[in-house]
Amino acid sequence: MSTRLFGERVARREDDRLLRGAGRFTDDVDEGALECAFVRSPFASALIRSIDCSAARALPGVVAVWTAADVPFGDRDLPLLIPHPQLTHPRTQKCLASRVVRYAGEAVAFVVAESRALAEDAADLVDVDYEPLHAVVTPEVSVRAERLVHPDVPGNVAADVIQSIGDVETALGTAPHVQHRSLRIERSAAQPLEARAVWARWDAGERRLTVYDSTQSPTSIRGGLAVLFGLPETSVEVIAPDVGGGFGPKIMLFNPDELLVPHAAMTLGRPVKWTEDRREHFTAVSHERAQVHEVRFGFDGDGRLLALDVDFLHDGGAYTPYGLILPIITAAQLPGPYRVPNYRVRFRDLYTNCTPTSPYRGAGRPHGCFVIERVMDAIAAELGIDRVEVRRRNLIQADEFPYHVGTMWQDGGMTVYDSGDFPELLRMATEALGPRPEGDGVGMGIAMYVEGTGVGPYEGAHVQVLVSGKVVASTGIPSQGQGHGTVFAQVVADELGVGVEDVTITSGDTRRFPWGVGTFASRGAVMSGNAMASAAHAVAEKARQIAANHLEADPADLELVGGEVRVKGSPGRSIPLAAVAILSNPLRYAFGGGAEIATQFQPRAGSGPPLADGDAPGLEATRYFSPAPGSTWASGCHAAWVRVDPITCSLKILKYIVAHDCGRVINPLILEGQIQGGVAQGIAGSYYERLLYDEEGQLRNASFMEFLMPYATEIPDVEILHLETPSPLNPLGVKGAGEAGTIPVAAMLAGAIEDAIGVRIDEMPLYPSRLFELTR
Amino acid sequence: MRVNGADHPEPDDPRRLLSDHLRHDLGLTGTHVGCEHGVCGCCTVLLDGRPVRSCLMLAVQATGHEVTTVEGLASTDAPLHPVQQAFHECHGLQCGFCTPGFLLVTAAFVRDNPEPSDAEIDEAISGNLCRCTGYSGIRRSVRRAAELSRGR
Repeated sequence: MSTRLFGERVARREDDRLLRGAGRFTDDVDEGALECAFVRSPFASALIRSIDCSAARALPGVVAVWTAADVPFGDRDLPLLIPHPQLTHPRTQKCLASRVVRYAGEAVAFVVAESRALAEDAADLVDVDYEPLHAVVTPEVSVRAERLVHPDVPGNVAADVIQSIGDVETALGTAPHVQHRSLRIERSAAQPLEARAVWARWDAGERRLTVYDSTQSPTSIRGGLAVLFGLPETSVEVIAPDVGGGFGPKIMLFNPDELLVPHAAMTLGRPVKWTEDRREHFTAVSHERAQVHEVRFGFDGDGRLLALDVDFLHDGGAYTPYGLILPIITAAQLPGPYRVPNYRVRFRDLYTNCTPTSPYRGAGRPHGCFVIERVMDAIAAELGIDRVEVRRRNLIQADEFPYHVGTMWQDGGMTVYDSGDFPELLRMATEALGPRPEGDGVGMGIAMYVEGTGVGPYEGAHVQVLVSGKVVASTGIPSQGQGHGTVFAQVVADELGVGVEDVTITSGDTRRFPWGVGTFASRGAVMSGNAMASAAHAVAEKARQIAANHLEADPADLELVGGEVRVKGSPGRSIPLAAVAILSNPLRYAFGGGAEIATQFQPRAGSGPPLADGDAPGLEATRYFSPAPGSTWASGCHAAWVRVDPITCSLKILKYIVAHDCGRVINPLILEGQIQGGVAQGIAGSYYERLLYDEEGQLRNASFMEFLMPYATEIPDVEILHLETPSPLNPLGVKGAGEAGTIPVAAMLAGAIEDAIGVRIDEMPLYPSRLFELTR
Repeated sequence: MRVNGADHPEPDDPRRLLSDHLRHDLGLTGTHVGCEHGVCGCCTVLLDGRPVRSCLMLAVQATGHEVTTVEGLASTDAPLHPVQQAFHECHGLQCGFCTPGFLLVTAAFVRDNPEPSDAEIDEAISGNLCRCTGYSGIRRSVRRAAELSRGR
């Protein structure tokens, strides 16, 4: 394979539209659509005595006001996306609550009107009679089970899972040093700047449903809607157009609106649109992160970790639509890049009267990383050994891959690290960090991480050379800014010997590619990237076969270069790819391009049919990439110098280094953007953002005025170093990179703040007032 | 009001926000709405050349004023505006949702301050949120935009 574009800093193909304001986000689609608003529960826990919609229905301009009783699927539970045998008490919500609400923000009624303003006016007129109950808010309160979120779920426990490697009790009993720590992570949220939106149109003549959805998984939405509405899948089109950031919560499905908006379009005979506002987004869309960990660990006098016992509580929120993925990931990869010979982990996934949780960039990993890195820092502190040295002594070595951790991975298989060089990452980061800056209140933090990326089951790609010689390619997974339109174009262009500007990628549109899983778990480059390479390779093979016939050459002697297929070593003997595309269709005619060459009606060799058995017209191919269970394991090391103001407790990051290994790098420009953005989200979640629930389950900071998303003034430029250990698990040798930047930030900053001001840090996020309390 | 050089009749709904008027009445969907409470800056437009939050204004308040949206920076077939070009070269955008706001803030900023310092750049863009880039590419883009604008 040519490596001409692979690895280059190619500027993005998708920028032009977006820079001109010509992007197409879901709310930009209109066609005279009716608009919607939800009535949402103001209580975290309440019984519904009655719902009176009469005043709302009477308002001029209101088209429909629905409660659960008014929709045919009102009694159905929304799907459990990822069942698990140890998820003993799964619960999912209904699209509209009718008897009980379990979190503030849960949808109760749905209004469709001539405008959003009228819909909101009408929503205010829906009279819901609630009987408020006491709420269960934190995991610590939930586990006491004094009140139950679901009366039929004993102890509020959705799942109680334990895994063990080695003999933890014996190892702790004999370890020269043993410590105990309680480590807590609070709730947070992804907050993409485009909130969610759904637009739907029903074509009654064609019996075709078209849905635009700001989702990370349009193909799953399509399948679900087809079943729900009794339509052939082929009559449902779901498009994730431009999506204004995802970071996880847009993979959650189904949200109530994803059923109600299409249902409204089919019922009311007009396009229907719902666009979430920011306040709704804060309570109606999944959160993540809250976990409380009790950690015991034993180590020897050299700082080697001998045993690790972690018992943690996961705050799942009011329902478990996403199964056990989050705590399973924490449990599976908590040991990180370190050898942990004896490891036991137990988690309880607990119900609380808060918004349900699903993956947010990092997805269970930042918590696990926080635990193991706090352990490393604690060992160093007790023994008086340098923190970098303690890590070095515990790292898995470069010659130990594949490395079997011994835990269960998120796909049900075992956790096996495929490749990496952790000591080298540690060396690179610490070397680049340089000496301690001058001044008081300065601290150094260091944290390492691994990330299982690129999980299956599959993704596919379709690649086609058009008769113009231009190339179009498509895949099922949508982009939320990751640069699919560029990196996949690089992969395809290399295979076909064309320029990156000749390739146009469509992603996340079931009209173009009807199969797929979704954009999540840092899997796009691994899954669709390899599918693209495979499909483009097949197209190149086909082009060689067709051109060989035309050029009277052996296909093996042909190469695809500069938009032509040519005989190696004799550049005069060539045919444009455009002409090959025309030749690929036995009935061929076209304007321009290579039509004159292609339409000479040369006699075919032999007397068989124009298309032999198994042949297909068109210079195109569809291929799928489906790896064996397991993941490609990215890894890295973050190190920083920070300064904490002793009076105001404000945090200033003086220098921030990331040494990063995601296998072979397709586009360093885009990769560095992903890492920098991930680090920013990590810093945000460590020192600025948190979700502040009061004891009655009210989210007290549900606006950007109080949820302090950092501006440029808070986020430094990160210095990024690349290490490439190719993954042996896929032909391109790539690993995922989307979430990595976020994972170790909280762990690293905890160490840095601890070093700066000498206060033990056992919790994240911090914020100036909390840090001030800790110093008192 | 004049929008991107063209005259438009006064909006008929007195409670219509300027952001909604631009997007839904005039079809200028390049102006994005991220929070509708004046914090994120996605909806920033230029009002008589100064950056304003179009979600914090009623459309009728723009009567008699000149509004520039992202669509007004460069016409469809023209080359990119220097600020747009800079954001492309320096990977100043990912999902593109916050981008129109940053572009308009930057256009006004480099017009008024053609040789900005790094601190002035951070200050200038500190009214706009970006959730994807971590701001590094945006900082580079603003610096580059100043260079390109000086060269014009």
